[in-house]
Amino acid sequence: MDRIDANRRLVKRLLLGAVLMFGFGFALVPLYDVFCEVTGLNGKITNTGPVAVTQADTSREVQVRMLGINNEGMPWRFVPRESLIVVNPGEMRQTAFMAMNPTAQQMVAQAIPSVSPGEAAQYLHKVNCFCFNAQTLAGGEQVEMPLLFTIDADLPAHIRQITLSYTLFDISPAATATTDAGAQQGGSPI
Amino acid sequence: MSTLETTTVTGEQHESHHHGPAAGIGRWLFTTNHKDIGSLYLWFSLLMFLTGGVMALLIRAELFQPGLQLVEPGFFNQMTTMHGLIMVFGAVMPAFVGLANWMIPMMIGAPDMALPRMNNWSFWILPFAFAILISTLFMDGGAPNFGWTFYAPLSTTYAPPSVTYFIFAIHIMGISSIMGAINIIATILNMRAPGMTMMKLPLFVWSWLITAFLLIAVMPVLAGVVTMMLMDIHFGTSFFNAAGGGDPVLFQHVFWFFGHPEVYIMILPAFGIISQIIPTFSRKRLFGYASMVYATASIAILSFLVWAHHMFTVGMPLVGELFFMFATMLIAVPTGVKVFNWVTTMFRGSLTFETPMLFAIAFVVLFTIGGFSGLMLAIAPVDFQYHDTYFVVAHFHYVLVPGAIFAIMAGTYYWLPKWTGHQLNECMGRWHFWLSFIGVNITFFPMHFIGLAGMPRRIPDYALQFADFNMVASIGAFIFGFSQLLFVWNVIHNVRSGEAAPARVWEGAEGLEWEVASPAPYHTFTTPPRVE
Repeated sequence: MDRIDANRRLVKRLLLGAVLMFGFGFALVPLYDVFCEVTGLNGKITNTGPVAVTQADTSREVQVRMLGINNEGMPWRFVPRESLIVVNPGEMRQTAFMAMNPTAQQMVAQAIPSVSPGEAAQYLHKVNCFCFNAQTLAGGEQVEMPLLFTIDADLPAHIRQITLSYTLFDISPAATATTDAGAQQGGSPI
Repeated sequence: MSTLETTTVTGEQHESHHHGPAAGIGRWLFTTNHKDIGSLYLWFSLLMFLTGGVMALLIRAELFQPGLQLVEPGFFNQMTTMHGLIMVFGAVMPAFVGLANWMIPMMIGAPDMALPRMNNWSFWILPFAFAILISTLFMDGGAPNFGWTFYAPLSTTYAPPSVTYFIFAIHIMGISSIMGAINIIATILNMRAPGMTMMKLPLFVWSWLITAFLLIAVMPVLAGVVTMMLMDIHFGTSFFNAAGGGDPVLFQHVFWFFGHPEVYIMILPAFGIISQIIPTFSRKRLFGYASMVYATASIAILSFLVWAHHMFTVGMPLVGELFFMFATMLIAVPTGVKVFNWVTTMFRGSLTFETPMLFAIAFVVLFTIGGFSGLMLAIAPVDFQYHDTYFVVAHFHYVLVPGAIFAIMAGTYYWLPKWTGHQLNECMGRWHFWLSFIGVNITFFPMHFIGLAGMPRRIPDYALQFADFNMVASIGAFIFGFSQLLFVWNVIHNVRSGEAAPARVWEGAEGLEWEVASPAPYHTFTTPPRVE
């Protein structure tokens, strides 16, 4: 019957639509990252790695405020070596954060950066950062974690202050689990 | 519409060819009849409405006075969460699907829904979904307590163990809604009687067609977001976990990409019902039929472009704030067209004020108030103050209670004589209307003021300066809540007794559903009518 065929065709199309929209929900995850990268939304910094050496713009100064924040339940001492750095756009600067694990156990931490105002995020280049890797500290160990960054000379003139904030997350259980899994599979422990 | 004239009168003369309903519980379990399934949906939705209502009254009882009197703060959070979830997914949505099941085949001259067996499924998985959801109240750690919007990481890292049941329940509800939507689209597109062209469809049918497309577009996204939560909680992924490279704000974007169209899923069928009722009791054709169709479609399309107005305060670039602000305000234009058309339909009509019309007029007035507070919330800089206050609570309750719920009640009163064959008890209908109307305003109007004064939502205790208005709101809530027992009484009384209703129950009613006898025979339009 025509009507049954028509129904079947329509149902197939609509089901396909539903399945595609389920996929679209997941596609929003990478799309969101692209969107953040393009707009600087959410202060996500994506400018990492080497940058071309540029002439420092000595005509203006930008204040960069460093913040170290522990995520809930993270016991480490985590502070910037300098809390306020004045830089010229285009100038390469080296600084560091101090981290100390006061517990008796070895712990693994991951720092997640955020830049405020979000508009400035795309002009802050991190050449080398401790946030690129997870940090492992034995119980009681202290370490100075380096950060090498530069502010793009194209930074809009109205931005005079930038806050670079790191939140330190305890990822010890996850890291241990991965190591265990690696060991079980016969791979070498990290 | 005056163009709807049938040449074939179906009903009694065909009835002898068909078997009636099966006897016993089997009739309801195995039924594929659109009227039976419509009734099941409507009864289920009424049960959920009362369940969610009891939770609302617990919330208002706790908020009657400042301080903690009745319930633990943790339980209070479970109540706000469950109230929202049950009302949205258990009361409003199934009620609209029930009305669609009952009325769409009769309005377009079809013998039944296009996919009757799937129709049975889409209803019968719902009670299981809600049994799972409500059972979480009795589990260790309690029911979900993170609000009906279940923002991560509250709903992932900090969630009670019962969150997994919640996720499963949402999956089932989503499957039910998608099946229902597919069925409705197939019915409307493939089952229309000869001569029933798209631009002759009654507006209730049009608004449901558009709603069904919205459901198919966004319910899978909701399923996706709860699946991501499930993976974060149990399988070690980091969609919403910053430590693993994810982002909690991403949750809000994906959720509201579903959530904003969901808001229109709950109001577009209401627009359709009101567009049926107002012409009937104005004894005039609906003003601007085509513009109503286009306005509904525009609202549906715009609903995909405004989701971030729910999250102005997460830290968006200025351009983003401006885009979402103006896109949101743009929605006021098609909505304004609809309100204008309803008012113009009533203008110089010979109005009478039977119960369905009272609810419909209250809908137009009170929904417009809710729309205006929505416009205030759309202003991004102002929203920074209103965000997460009782002003938001006042806004969405104005569009959902005297909006969606009043429209459902208006529709129920309007079509009840057609379903039961008994005339309404107008006196009791008026009592129900006026108590509800007064109660709803006493409940939700003061919430605007306490919201503007800064009272946050979702808290069991509050500062002393909010005490008076909270007491007023609680009194209103009890008036509104208990007056719904009149609704239950009205429906049950009408099912059991009342004057016999004619086929055309209301003097000014137009449309195919009024061509069949009252009560509507078990099978209608087995021979399609000709619409000219």
